[in-house]
Amino acid sequence: MEDTRRADGRSPNQLRPFSCTGNPLHRAHGSARWAQGDTVVLAAVYGPKPGTRKGENPEKASIEVVWKPKTGQIGRQEKEYEMILKRTLQSICMLTVHPNTTTSVVLQVVGDDGSLLPCAINASCAALTFAGIPLKHLTVAIGCGVMENGTVILDTNTAEEQQLKSFAHLVFPNSRKSVDSKEPKEKDEEFERGLITSVTHGVMSEDDYFNCIERGLAASSRISDFMRKTLQKEASSVDA
Amino acid sequence: MATAAAASGLAGEMEVEAYRRLFPLAFLERHLGQSIRPDARRLSQVRETTVALGAVSTAHGSALVRLGDTTMIAAVKLEVMSPTAESPDEGSVVVEFHMPPICSPLVRPGRPADAAPVISKALEDVLMSSGMLNLKELCLISGKASWLAYLDIYCLNADGSLFDAALISAVAAFTHLETPLVSVGDDGRVFTVGGNEGKTKFEFVNREKRKLTLGDIPFSLTCALHKDIILADPTSEEESIIETYVTVVVDSSDRIVSIQKLGGSVASMEAIKGCISLAKERRHQLRDVLTNSVEAMEVDQTE
Repeated sequence: MEDTRRADGRSPNQLRPFSCTGNPLHRAHGSARWAQGDTVVLAAVYGPKPGTRKGENPEKASIEVVWKPKTGQIGRQEKEYEMILKRTLQSICMLTVHPNTTTSVVLQVVGDDGSLLPCAINASCAALTFAGIPLKHLTVAIGCGVMENGTVILDTNTAEEQQLKSFAHLVFPNSRKSVDSKEPKEKDEEFERGLITSVTHGVMSEDDYFNCIERGLAASSRISDFMRKTLQKEASSVDA
Repeated sequence: MATAAAASGLAGEMEVEAYRRLFPLAFLERHLGQSIRPDARRLSQVRETTVALGAVSTAHGSALVRLGDTTMIAAVKLEVMSPTAESPDEGSVVVEFHMPPICSPLVRPGRPADAAPVISKALEDVLMSSGMLNLKELCLISGKASWLAYLDIYCLNADGSLFDAALISAVAAFTHLETPLVSVGDDGRVFTVGGNEGKTKFEFVNREKRKLTLGDIPFSLTCALHKDIILADPTSEEESIIETYVTVVVDSSDRIVSIQKLGGSVASMEAIKGCISLAKERRHQLRDVLTNSVEAMEVDQTE
């Protein structure tokens, strides 16, 4: 089968270079600047703050998301991103630890070159960890696109997203790694990874969608490892 | 004797309602243990759907849809405008979903619903990407005049599965839509002509009122996922208890137009596959409902 080369020379499974800077903002309780190629998102977490908004359940902590686009006014697209992020982050936070509190996550888009939503979700997850908000597990988000010949490409950039007939943004829980490294590797793979969030654009066949999920899952372990390394580095620099 | 039995019966009933309010999750789980839901539906059973076309007489196309208690009214109004330079042969569609305070006690005039702009955008994305509407059909005079269709959907009663009901109402409104007759005035402006007197006076751009040819119609189904159980078409009570739901939109060729799962618990691949197959079944039911409503309207018109 022919090896599909993408416009920027990457192979279908190749992700753009990642970088994560911990706590660039000193006033926020936790912050992270996550970059995937030219897509850069800055996430800041403030919380837990006392009190919940009207309409929210006071027996649980609530998450409030504010999305600031790079340019332009706030419209429906920003509201949609806010809702996707709020629901995704609500599912990973342990909401019963601090009831009747609000944690605000503010996202500022610094650069947009495709896969903006996955970048933002990764940034907010890292920022929540740096802020010390109790989480059940981490999230790993990835953007997948389906080309005309059915090949799935990962981490799409803007040019690819505009050309492709369909793409999906998927969020998975991070891969588990046992603390005791003596345990056999097979045990990790037995644990079935599921899907936290899925947002699709454009029409695709059912097989294409499940292909995207498979490729996304495979790539997510690489992103998980990267996240783990970054968090460990930050934690050790705090102790020092 | 009879009054004592009635009193204890009443006490029993009060306890159930109190239990429902105080322990909603336990109340639901006791039903699910018997493979039934609080409103006596089976787990994969969808609520009764009715579609009535032509509900708004002043609009060019409209529909009133009921999905159980969830009620939506959709109306399409056409306006002549000049097309954009990039696509001189195409008209455009503007979709707006409104949740007025009448639909739910959680929506107040100063406190708009969070879901409204999100459903608005999701509807627009689905209608455009499914290929149901051919924008070239909305063109009148290439480069000079085309139709701008304003699709407004008002939620009259919010009882779960809002996106599903809104999508059916949008599709039904477009099915009912008839483009009005149009003529060019002396100043070169294009205007719509209504009624029969206009027929002899004006020269028409389009010869007859026309219905749009619709391509692949998208149909959606929202399912709530609780542990390993899939509940199709949740009510607002079920949605508030079970925070995890998946909305699957399929078209007539079994392709997936959209799968939206926003947060909630981690779902396995089997659960997603189950939701997709339920959505495909639902598509057959919905197509029948739509065809019956079109036939019913035609019968009314000939009478």
